Amino acid sequence: MTAPTSSPPQVLPARASVAVKALQLSNWLSRALGRGSGTVAGGRVGLALDPALLATLANGRRVALVSGTNGKTTTTRMLVAALSDEGGQPIASNDTGANMPAGHVAAMVESFGSPTAVLEVDEGYLGRVIEDTHPRVVVLLNLSRDQLDRISEVRMLAERWRAAMDGLRSPSGRTGPGTVVVANADDPMVAWAALAAPEVRWVGAGQVWHNDAVGCPACGGRIVFGDQGSWACDGCDFARPPCDAWIEGSVLVTADGSRHSLAIGLPGQFNRANAAMVAVAAPCMTDDGAPGGPGPRLSLPAVLDRIATLDQVQGRFASSMRNGHPVRLLLAKNPAGWVAIFDLLDESRPPDSPVVLSINARIADGLDTSWLWDVPFDRLAGRSVTATGDRRLDLAVRLHYAEVPCKVVPDPLAAVDRAIDMGSRGGVDSVPGADGGIDFLGNYTAFADFRKRI
Amino acid sequence: MSNPGADSSLTIAVVYPDLLGTYGDGGNGLVLARRASWRGVGVRLVQANSGRPLPTADIYCIGGGEDGPGITAAKALRAEGTLQRAADNGAVVLGVCAGFQLLGHSFPDSADRSHAGLELLDVTTHKGTGRRAVGDLVAVPTPSAPRRAADQPLPPLIGFENHSGVTTVGPEARPVAQVVTGVGNGGGDGTEGAWSGRVFGTYLHGPVLARNTSLADLLLGWALSTSDGPVALEPLDDTDELALRGERMAAVERSGRSRVVRWFRGLRP
Repeated sequence: MTAPTSSPPQVLPARASVAVKALQLSNWLSRALGRGSGTVAGGRVGLALDPALLATLANGRRVALVSGTNGKTTTTRMLVAALSDEGGQPIASNDTGANMPAGHVAAMVESFGSPTAVLEVDEGYLGRVIEDTHPRVVVLLNLSRDQLDRISEVRMLAERWRAAMDGLRSPSGRTGPGTVVVANADDPMVAWAALAAPEVRWVGAGQVWHNDAVGCPACGGRIVFGDQGSWACDGCDFARPPCDAWIEGSVLVTADGSRHSLAIGLPGQFNRANAAMVAVAAPCMTDDGAPGGPGPRLSLPAVLDRIATLDQVQGRFASSMRNGHPVRLLLAKNPAGWVAIFDLLDESRPPDSPVVLSINARIADGLDTSWLWDVPFDRLAGRSVTATGDRRLDLAVRLHYAEVPCKVVPDPLAAVDRAIDMGSRGGVDSVPGADGGIDFLGNYTAFADFRKRI
Repeated sequence: MSNPGADSSLTIAVVYPDLLGTYGDGGNGLVLARRASWRGVGVRLVQANSGRPLPTADIYCIGGGEDGPGITAAKALRAEGTLQRAADNGAVVLGVCAGFQLLGHSFPDSADRSHAGLELLDVTTHKGTGRRAVGDLVAVPTPSAPRRAADQPLPPLIGFENHSGVTTVGPEARPVAQVVTGVGNGGGDGTEGAWSGRVFGTYLHGPVLARNTSLADLLLGWALSTSDGPVALEPLDDTDELALRGERMAAVERSGRSRVVRWFRGLRP
């Protein structure tokens, strides 16, 4: 990596300096007291002492932001891998999923001298974080229903994103290159927002979930979805923008006609979609003219090479051993995410492999479990299903009406043991599933709790 | 009472799930369809998306949605008139949240501009001035609430509400229940939902019929009743649902939001 032409301020203003010290102390205390990884607590303290701390820490850094309902953490991790090279400086990134400003300042302090930051951003905070960090690249993945008791409805979010994108046209008090928005053209809600941005790279990354995008955000007409990802409103001229790159099966095609295999270590079509977004976004971070450019422009194949070796992200997609059996951990937080995970099951497992489903409804999950009824659980017919988690009874009722028999087991570990047992008894070779694995599917806190315990 | 014959059949339409499917209320159609078919009644469950004619059905389920799509849905339903005609002919209509609001005279958008409803229920909704009502909702049916039979009043209705509307019930409709936890209609009288004839509106998500199967069977009974009178519905195994109701009631009690526990305790001798 060549020396950056600009770098983060080595000497902070007095107020920011105090805030950083307080942040570090809080994090140290938080960890020492065993109250978690401490990133959020310290970040909150830092921001309370200096509300401009995020802007101060971002000044002089080249920043990429990743937002969307699903795939934020994985895509952020992929983008870090794409921008990392051996011997280079570490990249500041909130890789624990603390995706609000408290997590962002904590990540920046952790990698203080790093000229590059790749930040996962909660959908609701995108506008504020854009203002504070003057990003070089913003990656917009998708928008669908999620935690409706806490996060806004999809159209409200799309409108707020659109205002943030429009704000990129008149950046206050900044110089240098502008922001490139890398947007998923297959999601009309994302497109509605990104069309307001001054510079967009459109990626046809795919979006199987259309149920939040039928009402046109521009005119109230109907958006009609056609073949090969095309969509258009029947009442106005809002339609899928022409793409700079798009996915055909497991190949990424660019507008100049070149084709690149999306052969990556992470499973599932949704991860190939995330990889496609990163393949377009990462080169924009190294474009000539960017301040502190790390050197030669990254090529698209080089990006794909670098992310190919990732095989798990924060425990997601990873297998843990339990009593000699591999248990794959999968996270799905909302209907669109569950549909993607069911696609992954069909792609990677025999049709009768056992699954354990764990559902919580804590604040981070959304308190209302009604969304379970938007998930096509009938797709699990034929599998041995065990229901667990805080809200296993909601799940049991849902599965009852999907006519998918399930066994309710309060404790998630006991649920997995039961699934292993069922698999062993059912399989000819005395192993669960033909390939010997079972899957644990949890929503946010259900997944995090189980990962800690196993 | 007569039993639903094997040749009886029901058409259940989920109205515009592409516009009014945001809050999982499509599950109401599935619950009704399963509970009918488990009793040997032939059922057709139709996901009636917008942009095409609404089919004729015995039961219509209208769910919650976002402001913009809700307005689009109301305009389309008013323009084509199928739903009002079906309701006039005795079809059962269940409206939830935005779906409840648009059954009335008028309902608000996010800026509290008023939009014309379907005039199927004597209710009017404005935008509330306080915080959005979000959380568990428990409401005890009033004496004027519908019941499956004289000796079968509905048990407490439970679910989750998420809305900012204030709904006033006019004289042609009756409130369904009295709120013990949560907000409900929000007009200050502590009521939740409204009904008249075979039109039933509520703010309860969950979906409401999955957590309150007595209400599901009440609506099925309306739809299957003949000129000979109401039909008998054989009981189903509701073990899962009863366990869920027990767990939710206990959770509401723990959360300390509730007056329902005191209400229950007051019932005991």
